[in-house]
Amino acid sequence: MSRRAAFRRAGAALVLTCALALPALAVQPDEMLGDPGLESRAREISEGLRCLVCQNESIDESNASLARDLRILVRERLLEGDSDAEVVDFIVDRYGEFVLLRPTTGGWNWILWAAGPAMALLALGLAGVYVRGRSAAPENTPPLSDAEQARLRQLLEDR
Amino acid sequence: MITELGHFALILAFLVAIVQMVVPLVGAHKRWPGWMAVAEPAATAQFLLTAAAFAALVHAFVTSDFSLRVVTLNSHSAKPMIYKFTGTWGNHEGSMLLWVLILTLFGAMAAWFGGGLPPSLRARVLAVQSSVATAFFAFILFTSNPFERLAVPPFDGEDLNPLLQDPGLAIHPPFLYLGYVGLSICFSFAVAALIEGRVDAAWGRWVRPWTLASWAFLTIGIGLGSWWAYYELGWGGFWFWDPVENASFMPWLFAAALLHSAIVVEKREALKAWTILLAILAFGFSLIGTFIVRSGLLTSVHAFANDPERGVFILMILVFFTGGALTLFSLRASTMQAKGVFGLVSRESALVANNILLAVSSFVVFVGTMWPLVAEMAFDRKLSVGPPFFDMAFTPFMLVLGLILPVGAMLSWKRGRAGRSMRALVPAFLLALALGALVWAMQTGRSALGPIGVFLGAWLVGGAATDLWSRTGQNGSVARLLRLPRADWGKAVAHAGLGITMLGVAGLTAWQQEDIRVAQLGERFEVSGFELELAAVEDVRGPNYLSTMATVILRQDGTQIATLRPEKRTYPVAGMPTTEAAIDYRFLRDVYVVIGDAQEGGGWVMRTYIKPLANWIWAGCILMALGGTLSLSDRRFRVAAGARKSASAPVPAE
Repeated sequence: MSRRAAFRRAGAALVLTCALALPALAVQPDEMLGDPGLESRAREISEGLRCLVCQNESIDESNASLARDLRILVRERLLEGDSDAEVVDFIVDRYGEFVLLRPTTGGWNWILWAAGPAMALLALGLAGVYVRGRSAAPENTPPLSDAEQARLRQLLEDR
Repeated sequence: MITELGHFALILAFLVAIVQMVVPLVGAHKRWPGWMAVAEPAATAQFLLTAAAFAALVHAFVTSDFSLRVVTLNSHSAKPMIYKFTGTWGNHEGSMLLWVLILTLFGAMAAWFGGGLPPSLRARVLAVQSSVATAFFAFILFTSNPFERLAVPPFDGEDLNPLLQDPGLAIHPPFLYLGYVGLSICFSFAVAALIEGRVDAAWGRWVRPWTLASWAFLTIGIGLGSWWAYYELGWGGFWFWDPVENASFMPWLFAAALLHSAIVVEKREALKAWTILLAILAFGFSLIGTFIVRSGLLTSVHAFANDPERGVFILMILVFFTGGALTLFSLRASTMQAKGVFGLVSRESALVANNILLAVSSFVVFVGTMWPLVAEMAFDRKLSVGPPFFDMAFTPFMLVLGLILPVGAMLSWKRGRAGRSMRALVPAFLLALALGALVWAMQTGRSALGPIGVFLGAWLVGGAATDLWSRTGQNGSVARLLRLPRADWGKAVAHAGLGITMLGVAGLTAWQQEDIRVAQLGERFEVSGFELELAAVEDVRGPNYLSTMATVILRQDGTQIATLRPEKRTYPVAGMPTTEAAIDYRFLRDVYVVIGDAQEGGGWVMRTYIKPLANWIWAGCILMALGGTLSLSDRRFRVAAGARKSASAPVPAE
């Protein structure tokens, strides 16, 4: 487990029976590549890959040894000359789409991606109908009573 | 003995809650004043009994009574006193007890300050509130009893998670719960109004203070949690789109929407059905949050199976209350006729837009949070939905919100003229544009995030100032500015706070610098203009931990500006290490230093982060909460309080 897992529980002030948060050190100096260009690509790729034994944490942030192995693997592939997409595919082939923190748009996942915009359009449509109705509706204030009419006349005459 | 009294008080509170749930409701239906009047003393009694139970649990924690299971599992005799005390809610059972304590507190406050409500509405509100309390008392007593004893008490406890032994986190749950649970009153008002079949301007005015208070507390609670994550987790992240965070964020968004739509009900008697729906949804999402956190469903599907009893119980509570309220809503919503008429360009329309953006963005968070579960159950796909999704799907709504907010806030009610309010905002807009362009020209990277953040921040702050100034009239003066109603100030301060937070988030995300290296003792190195020196590393003993503490000297332009002491701690009892980052807090940027492991070849791993505008995130949260508080203290709510006294004066017998 990881500090994220610990955080999740702690944030909720829950029982923490098995939290084993390790000291927060993710990328270690000895893993880093000498070429800053490659290293920054490696960092970017790692931020999008999920640590499999952690909760919702990328391998870039994780302290788990599996995450370290994956970070080293990503860097090895980059040194071999793989493109970013190839590195990601390589990892997904081995560990499944679970590692992708950014879900694909394939299959039913389009629902996930379309949900927000679709809901916004729907809400806008409904609100448009409502607002039009409101602006077209007659002002339904009750007509003035006789007493009020008289008072109004009096006020106007006083001017 | 005290423990047993506490347990007994809790059972009594449960029984009182049942009475308060049934009697006033029947009384309100049959118009029996005596039965309706039961609600008020019952609400007070319920609160006092729960407070007694809570005090008993605090006593057990403070005196380290290890014959209680929760104390043994979550405390230790060597723990500092403050954390013994706050440890009361650092566990499932104790935090649930705090949850109901706040629930009954809100019920009691509604009873104490609700003198101005029509008696039948008041009785119904308190009965609905008590029905929620009944469900949670049952949950505590039957599945999570904090007063459970151990047959053989151990000599010492297993200690509280060290991450929780922190002042920020110690007060984080109470604030969060005050927000979460405060929304229950809005829910009770909504359901009572549905039963009553009447929603009018007065209803809007009664609900708004409760929403304001809950929202302000929730803002502080979330802000504290985020700040804690920033300094405690060791790399300065402030938001992770974690299910548990989302669980608190969704009610916050709904509460913000409710806050604004209740204004429309109060001032214009429109958006009634929608406001009722929002009140139900806001508390519904609080319950969903509780469910997500307590069941462990989203942490891992298996954790749910580990503790099916608690998860299923909360799921039942959730389904009953949200489902029941929504059913009632579908039956009664059509009876709520809007009265106010307004044009397409008006404050009302702007608030409708605000509600759409807040509700849809909350919906996006909800779909993203639940999607892995749906995908696994429906399509047999194990996938993740992480921060990249939320950043992409959520942020656009906030950008649009920030863009239209200053204009909408200045439109007049009923029929506004867009041209007029926009003309007033031209200086603020140009200033924001100029600042954004300046930053764009100065920065080295290509990211548009920073300039956009600067633009939005300046636009919101400038817009809020313009709005406030425009209220002083033709020949505005500072004296007149200070005499403006507090609600106006609250609005401006909260909107400016949102801008500051947006600016902080954008700045931190766009311009953060990181340096990871092995540092030797005495070595000096530079990180974007700052010079750091690892001066010493020594072992230190704390009250219940061992620490490796480094001394890092921070210099800028050759002069020493701070001495930082990052630590690596080990808590032997809990068997857990923690990282204590050392942070040099500054107005424009933080310097954040973390010490890591000793290396074989000598030296220590050191991480240094430069975090621009980090403090602005939480400063903005504080401003938002302050704005809410200012609005809450507005005269019209206090005048209503005065009116209550005369309303509760003796009424001749019928």
